[in-house]
Amino acid sequence: MKLLEYQAKEMLASLGIAIPAGRVARTPEEAAAACAELGPVAVKAQVPVGGRGKAGGIKLASSPDEARAAAQQIIGMDIKGFKVPLVYCETALDIEREIYLGFTVDRDARANILMLSAKGGMDIEQVAEESPESIARLYPNPWRGPLDFELNQLVFEAGLGELARPLVALIKRLYRAIPELDAVTAEINPLVITRKGEVVAGDAKLETDENAAWRHKELEERYGSVLEGDPYEVEAKKRGLTYVSLDGDIGIIGNGAGLCMSTLDLVQRAGGRAANFCDIGGGAKAEVVENALAVILMNTRVKGVLINVFGGITRGDEVAKGIVTARDSLQMKLPLVVRLSGTREEEGRAILRQNGIEPGASAWEAAQKIVQLTRSLATR
Amino acid sequence: MSILLNATSRVIVQGITGREGTFHAEQMLEMGTKVVGGTSPGKGGTTHLGVPVFNTVAEAVRSTGANASGIFVPPPFAPDAIMEAAANGIELIVCITEGIPIQDMIRVKDFLRGYPKTRLLGPNCPGLITPGAAKIGIIPQRITSPGHVGLVSRSGTLTYEVGSALTAAGMGQSTIVGIGGDPVLGVTFRDVVEMFEHDPHTTHLVVIGEIGGSDEERAAELLGKGTRLKTVAFISGRTAPEGKRMGHAGAIISGNRGTAKSKEEAFKAAGVAVAETTDDIVGLLR
Repeated sequence: MKLLEYQAKEMLASLGIAIPAGRVARTPEEAAAACAELGPVAVKAQVPVGGRGKAGGIKLASSPDEARAAAQQIIGMDIKGFKVPLVYCETALDIEREIYLGFTVDRDARANILMLSAKGGMDIEQVAEESPESIARLYPNPWRGPLDFELNQLVFEAGLGELARPLVALIKRLYRAIPELDAVTAEINPLVITRKGEVVAGDAKLETDENAAWRHKELEERYGSVLEGDPYEVEAKKRGLTYVSLDGDIGIIGNGAGLCMSTLDLVQRAGGRAANFCDIGGGAKAEVVENALAVILMNTRVKGVLINVFGGITRGDEVAKGIVTARDSLQMKLPLVVRLSGTREEEGRAILRQNGIEPGASAWEAAQKIVQLTRSLATR
Repeated sequence: MSILLNATSRVIVQGITGREGTFHAEQMLEMGTKVVGGTSPGKGGTTHLGVPVFNTVAEAVRSTGANASGIFVPPPFAPDAIMEAAANGIELIVCITEGIPIQDMIRVKDFLRGYPKTRLLGPNCPGLITPGAAKIGIIPQRITSPGHVGLVSRSGTLTYEVGSALTAAGMGQSTIVGIGGDPVLGVTFRDVVEMFEHDPHTTHLVVIGEIGGSDEERAAELLGKGTRLKTVAFISGRTAPEGKRMGHAGAIISGNRGTAKSKEEAFKAAGVAVAETTDDIVGLLR
């Protein structure tokens, strides 16, 4: 789960990290009230994606009127496909210097990596490319977490020795997001040292592990419904499906990420474009297939559906039954091509044939067939 | 000959009395795998599918001399099951479970450093099969036949797809290995490629990768140093939408690696043929 800035900051505050004073505003009036209370503020779009400053999603306001106008512009704006649901009004910091602090999963090392650099701010990716040595790194032991001396070394290696005491304490607090929240990425950039010498999180990014959502139900309850994502993705999530919206006109259902991805590749190679895809995963029952087809068909751009299932855990007869039931109960009239193989494939194919669906022989043939069928539908 | 698993491997199934455990243990037995027992806490002393059930892996190893295990338990219990198997001397652990929290797997990987003889396959993987001999996991026996092609893949369903194309073309397989799709996993492409390199029975190799991470690049690097295996690679996800990225931490450590293009170029630079679609693999391998 990718938390919004204000949510991430609330979490940092709960771990004992200082954040600037701020208020969430869902309407221009609330933004004006926040400014009246806090004084001059930055009005910041809340979206789970970087680059919002460049997209015009951050504006400075020195009076309630300015805050109202800024919020009016920003709320509802589209930033990289996300509709801005609300803004966060935050007091400006008196900045002495900016530091970069973050951790993420280094999948090549199969470990968490903590990173600290004196060169904080927007251009940290450029820093990483041009002077990687200016980013100090630490792989903490995942059972006991980082030890004091390790963090001390990290801070001195980053050239921030004069801030060793406050930084070591702060990094220890940030690291608690791993055992306590199942965070997979956390980033404070910039970590601001104010002229008064306080250490405050200027911005915050926090992503938690979806696979661990079952042990952090409070996070989902508190923040899960704030972001109005793609309505189809929201519906798919409710039904427990992995679904991705794309911009073509062919709906795709597959089992397994690899097969879904290669099916997308095949449809594109055949000259078509996918409208969306739904991964029904392993062990898919009839009910799951029905749910997937229902969600795929909600998108009115879909002119035809390709189902590509190769069964290991997923049993062909169950998938076939699900497809037939779904097609009938949804009264689907659009072209449907099904490619079904693997465990109990003969039984599955027989069920399809009995119900008037001719199973495709190979994935490539099936991809060509659905592209052809949707095209002839479009030119009719 | 084969890698990792053969007809003499003594296999237990952790979670043998569960729905998936039962279904797949049955399939494993059906093809002749030496399944010598299973575990299910509280059901020790009973018999399931004709094999003894134990409360713990320790009991199972003591009574049966098991040296390999297939894990079919739900995500909250799977990390502990992997460590239990390692701590009791199991040398090949195959974890089928999908959805294990990443921080749990990072701790498990650290734990496994204390057991250098143990190899973990997965999690979130289809397992492995040595056609005609044995299997641990969920790869359907029907799509395989014994032969000389080594097949290693990150994706479950694409493994079946390619395995069945090879079988239909009369190209049997020495061992098919699904390493799994999770970011933190056990044996890597590079490890498996190296094992096939040392298996005299394997003459051909198919590597099926996908976008993300740089395990494919590392395997390509190894193949570039010279190999006796005639190799074809395929990467899925060329047209996958770019994830909506957040923060810079990921980019700092991975740079430009991880794209389909970077992986395909790495294989080409190593002199390995790269297939455009899975249907092209067989032709390129001949």
